Amino acid sequence: MRRRTGAALLGAALASVALPGSALADTKDAAAAGVLPDSVAINSIWVVVAALLVIFMQAGFAFLEIGFSRAKNAGTVVAKILTNFSIAALAYWAIGFAFAFGNGDILGTHGFLLRDYGDPQQAFGIMGLSDATIESKWLFQFSFCAVSLAIVWGTTLERIKFAVYVIYAIVFASVIYPIASHWVFGGGWLQSNLGMQDFAGSTAVHLIGATGAFAVLLQLGARRGKYGPDGQPRAIPGHSMPLFGLGVLILWLGWFGFNPGSTLNAMDGRFPEVALVTMLAAAAGVLGAVAVARWKTGTVDIGMAGNGAIGALVAITAPSGYVEAWTAPLIGGIAGVIVPLGVYWIDRRIDDPVGALTAHGLCGVWGTLSCGIFTSPGLAKFNAVGDAGLIYTGSFHQLFTQALGIVTVFAFVFALSYATFAAIKATIGLRVSPEEEEAGLDISEHGMYGYPEQFIPAPELIGYSPAFAVPARETPRGATTKEVPVT
Amino acid sequence: MKKIEAYIRHESFEPIRMELLSLGFPSLSISEVKGSGRQKGITERYRGAELTNWLRPKVKLECVVATQDVQTVVDAILKHARTGQIGDGKVFVMPVEEAYRIRTGESGEETLQAHPEVAAQATA
Repeated sequence: MRRRTGAALLGAALASVALPGSALADTKDAAAAGVLPDSVAINSIWVVVAALLVIFMQAGFAFLEIGFSRAKNAGTVVAKILTNFSIAALAYWAIGFAFAFGNGDILGTHGFLLRDYGDPQQAFGIMGLSDATIESKWLFQFSFCAVSLAIVWGTTLERIKFAVYVIYAIVFASVIYPIASHWVFGGGWLQSNLGMQDFAGSTAVHLIGATGAFAVLLQLGARRGKYGPDGQPRAIPGHSMPLFGLGVLILWLGWFGFNPGSTLNAMDGRFPEVALVTMLAAAAGVLGAVAVARWKTGTVDIGMAGNGAIGALVAITAPSGYVEAWTAPLIGGIAGVIVPLGVYWIDRRIDDPVGALTAHGLCGVWGTLSCGIFTSPGLAKFNAVGDAGLIYTGSFHQLFTQALGIVTVFAFVFALSYATFAAIKATIGLRVSPEEEEAGLDISEHGMYGYPEQFIPAPELIGYSPAFAVPARETPRGATTKEVPVT
Repeated sequence: MKKIEAYIRHESFEPIRMELLSLGFPSLSISEVKGSGRQKGITERYRGAELTNWLRPKVKLECVVATQDVQTVVDAILKHARTGQIGDGKVFVMPVEEAYRIRTGESGEETLQAHPEVAAQATA
């Protein structure tokens, strides 16, 4: 995503002189002709591996959200993640990728359905620095879109209608995410004209997702029982801290595809350095969050330890390719401090069950701003985006650019998301009924429990046979907990 | 002395507890139970197959109070547990022969008396 004239680009340029453009576009022909550079294969392997790590983050989101949900809402998360992931894939292939990475200041205009784009190195110019094949780049960028979409739903657990996921996912993966991310790291105006720095997406992925999450939460409202008659928030504990922890560690692992993979390039040897920066920040984030939670509440909060890791990883996402390693613990540590304070503050007002607004929103903002403070002169030059940060130049220029980018992206995504959710609310509604919420989304939306043994009397499960079952009397289609009198 | 045993919906328990607390009856026990009555079961669908569960989860609330307090407690339960739908549950009242407070060894109705100071705290 960074523009620069590296050895890879030079190689690609030389190859395009030696070959007709169409032949270069087809790696199979180039390989057959014996002119496919090794770097294409090496870079493609790295980009695909990184994409797979990011795709694995879907499992991380699933377990994190399942752990933070009550047992009656555990199964629905699985259905949601799988459905959203699939919708995002098709929408991003058909429309989103062209908007996001085609050339253009406001949005890309070619490459729909990943067809008719000519030479991919030219057509998706911002990614031309890497000669990895366009399919590997698509897989990688799609996995980012899917992560951003998964972040949106963190605030909506335990009360949202399933259909809302489906409708918003189509709009988000086709229009909202592609256009906003195009501005930030797809070669759009914020990046190319203003020089906003966002290496892997503190703003372009995490803040966009959190902004969508904020827009839906404002219209969705809190879970029943979250706020007492006195207006004070009540804890609604999730049912499994072990599953939450598994989710956090999967996300942490996936981030080593997220940030280092954003080099799109293995040949310049930059990616291990990005991985190092990512690790240091996350470590500092956990310790920062644990320390603050211990200080504020007197206990080492399990959830805060995990959220501290996520918040720090979000924060280091933008600067990971721009800063020296020594700044990473600072950036991550400050994110770790932001996490518990942000969660306590937000929880008093609106019901965000997983802390997504803090971890992805506030920490996304901090991470993006931190580029304006800590970006090193050498790496700003290497990436050819923006200038060095405040501590090197003494100038607030880059910091201001970062802030402008944040405000712009937030306003754009919030407006479109709020309108989309308002339209859904006006037509089919956002929330399930109070009865369905009380019964849990597993049984009311999916007709089955995530943990059947916990809800169904064991004697009926063991040895259950339809032959001996009491015949169901006019059972309505789809499972329901609505009370129906015996006739 | 009477024992009140109520089978109620889960969601009605918290309002009942709050009301009893404000009336000065903090002492009660609950258990998770499963039972059947006129309320139908839940039909679950598991990968295309149906599974009907005739036993529904309920909360059993138990408390022992002085005879003169029975109506107060029962009224509180009826007030919050009633939705008007089948499945609201039932309340049983039964005699209790003796009661002892283990900590002090006291016996009789003194061990069950309402706790006005608790009510004062709850409403303060």
